[in-house]
Amino acid sequence: MIHCVLHDPGDSVAVVVVEGIKAGQTLTGLILDEDRTITVACTQDIPLGHKVALKDLNVGDTVIKYGIDIGKVVAPIKAGAHAHVHNIKTKRW
Amino acid sequence: MHTTFQGYRRDNRRVGVRNHVIVLPVDDLSNAAAEAVANNIKGALAIPHPYGRLQFGADLELHFRTLIGAGCNPNVAAVVVIGIEEQWTKRVVDGIAATGKPVAGFGIELHGDHDTIMRASKAAREFVQYASELKRVDCPLSELWVSCKCGESDTTSGCGSNPTVGNAFDKLYAAGCTLVFGETTEITGGEQIVAARCRNDKVRKDFMRVFDRYQEVINRHKTSDLSDSQPTKGNIAGGLTTIEEKALGNIQKIGRKCTVDGVLDKAEAPTHKGLWFMDSSSAAAEMVTLCAAAGYVVHFFPTGQGNVIGNPILPVIKLCANPRTVRTMSEHIDLDVSGLLQREITIDQAGDRLLDMMFRTANGRLTAAEALGHREFVLTRLYESA
Repeated sequence: MIHCVLHDPGDSVAVVVVEGIKAGQTLTGLILDEDRTITVACTQDIPLGHKVALKDLNVGDTVIKYGIDIGKVVAPIKAGAHAHVHNIKTKRW
Repeated sequence: MHTTFQGYRRDNRRVGVRNHVIVLPVDDLSNAAAEAVANNIKGALAIPHPYGRLQFGADLELHFRTLIGAGCNPNVAAVVVIGIEEQWTKRVVDGIAATGKPVAGFGIELHGDHDTIMRASKAAREFVQYASELKRVDCPLSELWVSCKCGESDTTSGCGSNPTVGNAFDKLYAAGCTLVFGETTEITGGEQIVAARCRNDKVRKDFMRVFDRYQEVINRHKTSDLSDSQPTKGNIAGGLTTIEEKALGNIQKIGRKCTVDGVLDKAEAPTHKGLWFMDSSSAAAEMVTLCAAAGYVVHFFPTGQGNVIGNPILPVIKLCANPRTVRTMSEHIDLDVSGLLQREITIDQAGDRLLDMMFRTANGRLTAAEALGHREFVLTRLYESA
């Protein structure tokens, strides 16, 4: 079973694609562009569609998804944590 | 992939996949009469809307372009036009008459609703009987015009359903079809990627001009970072965090191989085959309405959280990669591609399934939105009336 997916091996976040992911679970992550899997230890409950951080990120860091800049970190994020509007914001508006 | 579909060939050589007879109000005053005609004549479809009064300049031009374009769309067999007065009504009628299809116009002033309804119903009756004798014929795939827009996206859109559209678009592009994508503000964060896909410097300049103009509108009017509106609350509940993330998911719809061959104004018809970028709203029903006005006949609509809109004349195919949405909102979904995210199907297989659904829809299968009666016809306004 695939629990999360990422696009590019350099991505800092993966997307949870199943319901019911709980803190402490070890997730199988699919790298879409390469059709191979990795494991991700998740430290928080992550809702379907939401992101899990794949590495520690500091305030001001750029978040990489699709191999590209998708925004900036506004609160520290640890690997395995829920990454969303509480710790990531747009750089554009 | 099939190489032909069964379509209605209109007098101007364009091919449609539906055979609608529509009753088109020019303005909001004419909605009641239009609905009464559709009630009288079975098979006539009224398309009410809230605008058409005191508009001016580019906003008025867009209004006429949208109404005339909808009437000209090859999915439409014939049109009854109703307006409050004769002159703007005639402008719409003349615009549609250029296609050669049956069209008649009726002004309410000097007549009143009842007399207008009677005269318009007589025309609508003739038109539905005319349409009922038209037959589908074999048409080459290259004559199919396909549009796309995503709605109520979440992260499964960028991971699954949008790349499925991209895979299908790559194949349709190679087959010589005419395609379009848009949603100008939802390119924000990915505009350099789209610019790099433009065929030449002229297309690139046109695209950047259109993109920058819309950015300026956002920057002029915004009161926050727009995190309440764009991405929407539905996008955010589904896991999308920033407009950049949403844009990169959005852009998956143009695949890997399509070149962006030209830039269209809102509701403007393309002039040759290939992939076009249309300056357009990111609000779902507005954009689909603009595609219908530009002459597109089938629409791919990838959704994440479950967008439910349709269009009165453009069949909207809904595809979804979110396993919870396909389970809880199944009546709205034409194609489930959630298997992509479990590695049960490949992106090529997902693209082929979408193309198969496209052929079935073109050949007559009602989409979920059509069967559910979703007929959102939403006009884009540029500014206040005079």
